[in-house]
Amino acid sequence: MGIIENRFSPNVLVTTVDKAFNWARKCSLWPLGFGLACCAIEMMSTAASRYDLARFGMEVFRASPRQADLMIIAGTVTKKIAPRLKLLYEQMPEKKYVVAMGGCAIAGGPFYDSYSVVKRVDLIVPVDVYIPGCAPRPEALLHGLLKLREKIDRETIARKVS
Amino acid sequence: MEDSSGENAAKTDPIVGLLIGKFPDSVSTVEEKINWPAVRVKLGALKQVGRFLKETPDLAFDYLTCISGVDLKDRSPRFDLVYHLVSIKHKHTLVLKVAVGEDEKAPSVTCLWKGADWNEREVFDLLGVSFRDHPDLRRILMPDEWKGYPLRKDYVLAEEDKFPGD
Repeated sequence: MGIIENRFSPNVLVTTVDKAFNWARKCSLWPLGFGLACCAIEMMSTAASRYDLARFGMEVFRASPRQADLMIIAGTVTKKIAPRLKLLYEQMPEKKYVVAMGGCAIAGGPFYDSYSVVKRVDLIVPVDVYIPGCAPRPEALLHGLLKLREKIDRETIARKVS
Repeated sequence: MEDSSGENAAKTDPIVGLLIGKFPDSVSTVEEKINWPAVRVKLGALKQVGRFLKETPDLAFDYLTCISGVDLKDRSPRFDLVYHLVSIKHKHTLVLKVAVGEDEKAPSVTCLWKGADWNEREVFDLLGVSFRDHPDLRRILMPDEWKGYPLRKDYVLAEEDKFPGD
């Protein structure tokens, strides 16, 4: 045991494990498709055969939040659905990611001065990637999801030293 | 039944004439120029007229397409309810307009046309028009605890909803 200890710097082991964990997480993100409005149509067409989402490992859109690790909020978030959205987010197991798709989820979109629209979805849940557009084309959604994969790549399982 | 030449089909249609003949006190023609048959009905006779329209075999208006509410702020009965009826069998349409005041309760036509259920809930939610004998009158689009009726002309937008650039 004295041979291995203090010989390798701890970063080496952690980075390899990091790579394995991040690879596993990013290559099989299962979305909880939270399609609320028109952006849901673009999300569906991204999952269809032309702009395939399955080649990135996201083909199974889970219906239950308990089995999903990515929440794509596609569409306008109204004040009525906001508490349910928070509930679904809290039901997802860790490690979870949120993608805000479309103008309505990012900033209220064309309905920014409506009585019933929540202005930004990151008032309710923390968001990792914002995909602008109204509705963003499937290529834009794919670009955003690839950016999310790059973000997952930068994560580490090592405890952060304060 | 629609007259595209510009003449007021609302006045010349035979169904309109038949209705006014049967209910002279409660049914009258509409003043606005509308492109399909329309009548104005008094609030108290709405159910009676509706039942007649539905059950007469020649008219057979069995499909209520839409109930809309109109907020005419400065008129004395403040709201107008507009019922769009369609007959699937005979393929004709009719529009009923009913004037409802702010404190009056309109009769619910859910017993005649099931489609009126959620339409009336929407009118209640967004304009505040109450309906008598409705099976389940509660808010449908706004959250349950919402105060106020958003589509009224004098509805004031909350401070946080106003766009800072306006």
